[in-house]
Amino acid sequence: MATLPPGVDSSSFESALTEFRQAIGSEWVFSSDEDVALYRDAYSPTWNEETELVASAAVAPETTEQVQDIVRIANRYGIPLYPISTGKNLGYGGSAPSYSGSMVVDLKRMNRVIEVDDRRNFAVVEPGVSYFDLYRYIQEHDLKVWIDCPDPGWGSPIGNALDHGVGYTFGSYRDHFASNAGMEIVLPDGEVLRTGMGALPGGEWGEYKYGFGPSVDGLFAQANFGIVTKMAFRLMPEPDAHYTGTAIVHRRQDLIALVDHVNYLDDSGLIGMPLWGNRISGFGPMDPELAALVENGGSDAELDAYAARSGRGFWSVQLQFYGPEPTVQANWEYAKQRISSIEGATFEDGPLYTFPMSDEDKANHHHRVAIGVPNMEIFSIGARSERNPSPQDGHLWFSAIIPRSGEAIFKAQEVIGKIWKEEGLPYNAFATPATWTHRCYIMITGLPISRTDKSINERSMRAYNRAIEECGANGMGEYRAPPQFADAIMDAYSYNDNIYRRYAEKLKDATDPNGIIAPGRGGIWPKNIRDREGRA
Amino acid sequence: MRTLISIGLFLLTTFFTTNVNAQTAVERGEQVFDTWCTACHDDTRRTPGTAALAAKYQGALPALLEERTDLTPAIIELWVRNGISIMPFFRKTEINDAQLADLGAYLTRNNGN
Repeated sequence: MATLPPGVDSSSFESALTEFRQAIGSEWVFSSDEDVALYRDAYSPTWNEETELVASAAVAPETTEQVQDIVRIANRYGIPLYPISTGKNLGYGGSAPSYSGSMVVDLKRMNRVIEVDDRRNFAVVEPGVSYFDLYRYIQEHDLKVWIDCPDPGWGSPIGNALDHGVGYTFGSYRDHFASNAGMEIVLPDGEVLRTGMGALPGGEWGEYKYGFGPSVDGLFAQANFGIVTKMAFRLMPEPDAHYTGTAIVHRRQDLIALVDHVNYLDDSGLIGMPLWGNRISGFGPMDPELAALVENGGSDAELDAYAARSGRGFWSVQLQFYGPEPTVQANWEYAKQRISSIEGATFEDGPLYTFPMSDEDKANHHHRVAIGVPNMEIFSIGARSERNPSPQDGHLWFSAIIPRSGEAIFKAQEVIGKIWKEEGLPYNAFATPATWTHRCYIMITGLPISRTDKSINERSMRAYNRAIEECGANGMGEYRAPPQFADAIMDAYSYNDNIYRRYAEKLKDATDPNGIIAPGRGGIWPKNIRDREGRA
Repeated sequence: MRTLISIGLFLLTTFFTTNVNAQTAVERGEQVFDTWCTACHDDTRRTPGTAALAAKYQGALPALLEERTDLTPAIIELWVRNGISIMPFFRKTEINDAQLADLGAYLTRNNGN
């Protein structure tokens, strides 16, 4: 399964492996087929095919200095490297490289929580630290700060942030890269760069992220300009209370006004993550009467009448409030007053949670990630259950950014729904956006993957590529994707003859002349591979 | 006679050493399980692995891996290194071979009981 790095012969590769072993210890250089297979993407859409993205080997350093050694050796031999943190980016590429033959730099052993400060509210961690690890550290040290975690708690705060990952609590904490407050990076030539106040000898990380001059941090996320070995994150202090209130509207077009109200509340700092839902179809198989209405292009009046008959409402938004108990209650009352301008809007109050909270109460919280408690509950959606007796082997996430308006949600439902229908894939005509990233709406949908039925994967990839193109034509672009789609997505970001990619590749060629770091990541290719493989 | 005593002492030593090691392996294996498995295979309704196995076995086998008495170290290794259903495989930087053997010891500790 393992494959040689393109352009590197087996004898040079063996020499390189010897040098890697000398640098970090032979135990931490994985080159047997059996070991390298553990760096496949478990949800690969090209599983066992010629085009599956596979590594040549893997190395697992323990220190920044060892990462520097690895980068320098790789430069001498022309071996591309692909860094992973905890390797759990499932649905977006997993632990496999974006270019076959790359050597995976597995940073899992760099697993130190360097600092958590609950007076200035930040943490500094290494890439192998998981959300579970950081949460455990905070609990063990009785620190009064929350983390903002994505659905699966086994991911890495650094790895997640570097793929523009997202979470569930308040404001910009949910945008994990935006919460960055200083980074340490091993550059393609092996030098170490520190950003923010870390660029000042003796300067402290955790607060001001810019330092002085241009902010280059963004180059290290979803790209290939270096290997991040430490990162500081701003943390939210534990609030006194978390309150959840739900607003329900009863007609399809009410979504437009409701989104506008929620934008006002969100952008004024009054709410945490708004959790959108549709009441008309709910979760799971659609009622046959409603399915027939959708199939026949039912009018708004017909859909509204169905919603009225069901008594459940049409759309809902669950609002999160964090802060002192009187404040969260007052903000919910204000939200209700404001949303009441939509005729017939109804509300569900509560629940209210207060902190500190016992472990037992945390375990029973209705949505643990909303209070920064990492868990793995999200996998229940794809795992076998009474509702899902024949689960797929995995999924690809298609995740398009759309404008924050009801009209844009309707448009996205129409564009994506049409493709899915034509490809024979299920799509909920009333799908609502995820609002993980502050001030952004993401229309996300999973596409099934099979390890045994190639046709399922081909259909998913076809739908994905069509969606990139057709969403792009309607102003919707992906924020994150499995590596197989990076080029097509970058193609869609085509303003001014693809200046975005051309500029990134100019920087790439200048800073990584041997094309060592993660070729193809983010749709950015180094000159040597562009020339060798005839990439534009 | 001296030879017999030596053999006896050797067997006794081996027996106790093996027992001590087995006990330790089970304890270490429990730690591996707590670190890597419980988030999905805990005894609550909210862990997806337990829920999935409840749906799969419909009561014919325990949904909780820790209550099974029919597992073997080989099948545990197969699941950990190859994945199963939506559960991906685990790398050696996560669960190394020695820890995998300990995990096998822990999850087979009740076999035959």
